[in-house]
Amino acid sequence: MSEWWTYRAEDFLLFSPRVYWRMFELHNAALWPLHVLTLAAGLIIILLVARRPKPSARWLALILAIPWIFVGWSFLWNRYATINWAAAYVAPAFAVEGVLLLVIGSLRDGLAFDRRGLAGWTGYLILAFALAGQPLLAPLQGRGWASSEVFGIAPDPTAMATLGVLLLARGRLLPLLLPIPVLWCLLSGLTLQTMEEPQAWAPYAALALAAAAWIWTIIRRTADIMKENRT
Amino acid sequence: MRTTRRTFVRASLATAAATLLPISLRAQEGLPARRAIPSTREEIPIVGLGTWITFNVGNDPVLRDECARVMAAFFEAGGRMIDSSPMYGSSQPVIGYGLQKLGRPSALFSAEKVWTSSAAAGPPQIEQSRRFWGVPKFDLVQVHNLLAWKAHLQTLFQMKATGAVRYVGITTSEGRRHDLIEQIMRNEPIDFVQISYNVVDREVEARLLPLASERGIAVIVNRPFRQGALTQRLKSEPLPKWAAELGVSSWAQLILKFILSHPAVTVAIPATTRVDHVRENLAAAAGPMPDLAMRQRISAHVKAL
Repeated sequence: MSEWWTYRAEDFLLFSPRVYWRMFELHNAALWPLHVLTLAAGLIIILLVARRPKPSARWLALILAIPWIFVGWSFLWNRYATINWAAAYVAPAFAVEGVLLLVIGSLRDGLAFDRRGLAGWTGYLILAFALAGQPLLAPLQGRGWASSEVFGIAPDPTAMATLGVLLLARGRLLPLLLPIPVLWCLLSGLTLQTMEEPQAWAPYAALALAAAAWIWTIIRRTADIMKENRT
Repeated sequence: MRTTRRTFVRASLATAAATLLPISLRAQEGLPARRAIPSTREEIPIVGLGTWITFNVGNDPVLRDECARVMAAFFEAGGRMIDSSPMYGSSQPVIGYGLQKLGRPSALFSAEKVWTSSAAAGPPQIEQSRRFWGVPKFDLVQVHNLLAWKAHLQTLFQMKATGAVRYVGITTSEGRRHDLIEQIMRNEPIDFVQISYNVVDREVEARLLPLASERGIAVIVNRPFRQGALTQRLKSEPLPKWAAELGVSSWAQLILKFILSHPAVTVAIPATTRVDHVRENLAAAAGPMPDLAMRQRISAHVKAL
């Protein structure tokens, strides 16, 4: 594409906000009452993280992996791709994230959910927002419950919940799990911002909080190492 | 450069010479005026229907029916040209759905595009588009945004020679790559060129519109309302009283009349999701058109707002 610098984000927006939110309405109507199950899965994730039994990491990764694969197939591939051809290229990335969660979660010492402190509490906050806050945005903005975005059904709360969970985790291969949810939050924020939808702040805020918590953790860890070296 | 009296008259004469038709638009009572496609002298209503964003409604049955109603109103009001592209998401199957629902109106003038960087992928993409529309062949196929234009133009000229397509064209939007557009207009035997033009984006008046008249190339105008931004901006402003001389009742009609009154313009293709808007757009193609003095008045007024 030549003269690429002359293109604005609006030039890549292929659909209207009305069509976008109607898509969630149709998706929710088609899948109801699966939402109850996916929200229950979200609550189980919180319980498993809070209780911290080591073998639960495998189950937790499995519970998180299934929504990624399901949302990639049911929402991105079957629904979103009909109005945005780029979604067909993003859907496989959701499957990849699901597989990575399964593989890394099943490895011995792959993931351990024992992080606390600022990063941990930020993780809980993002996770709680993804499960309980995000579905409220539709009625709060006057669109009604029908177009609510629910964890395990819609991509935004699924990606945000994963960011929250990863903030609570430790593991050598953890960085491999970060790029796809981070990139999705960026892409979704940009799409919503281009549509002039106020809720663009949600994925951006989740990203900003997660980034701040990680940076804080790195600074603290570096300071601790330096302190240990001095003593 | 803006349209001066000299360039306007020159363009008018060139268009008249190319089409052997009077410059004045020959609107019949209630029907949209028509202009001739210079390469064949086939006449076409001067307002068509764009589908960018508006027809990309996916599999939503309610919105698909809404699009079909817009198409029905378009044909009822005397419209013919519907324009789409493989780039427009689900617009092509939605058009196909509407056409099937309306019993495949014979008035349809199908304008499509080829949009792929691969020369080999061009013919299968055009065939896929044709299946989506459910038409035996396209009236017009254009190279979208000049992507792989050399290879695709070769394909399209071959298709035209064998009767698989009636007209060949190129497109651009929002003022991009005008130098290359000009070069192709000068050197290739294209029938149509599609460009962006409206009362505030007038760069094409300097070279491309006069060149289209000179070379006998039909002009399709896209984004006449700047994707709705222009009408949105003017919504709060009162329509000037003198606009009544043109029989217009809205800013959209005044803007459309400005575009359509340029003698080099063949068709403008506003996109809409509303039946009342499609009727309003086609109504703008009937009745008196602004002369040069009125065009300058419209331009100055909009600029001052």
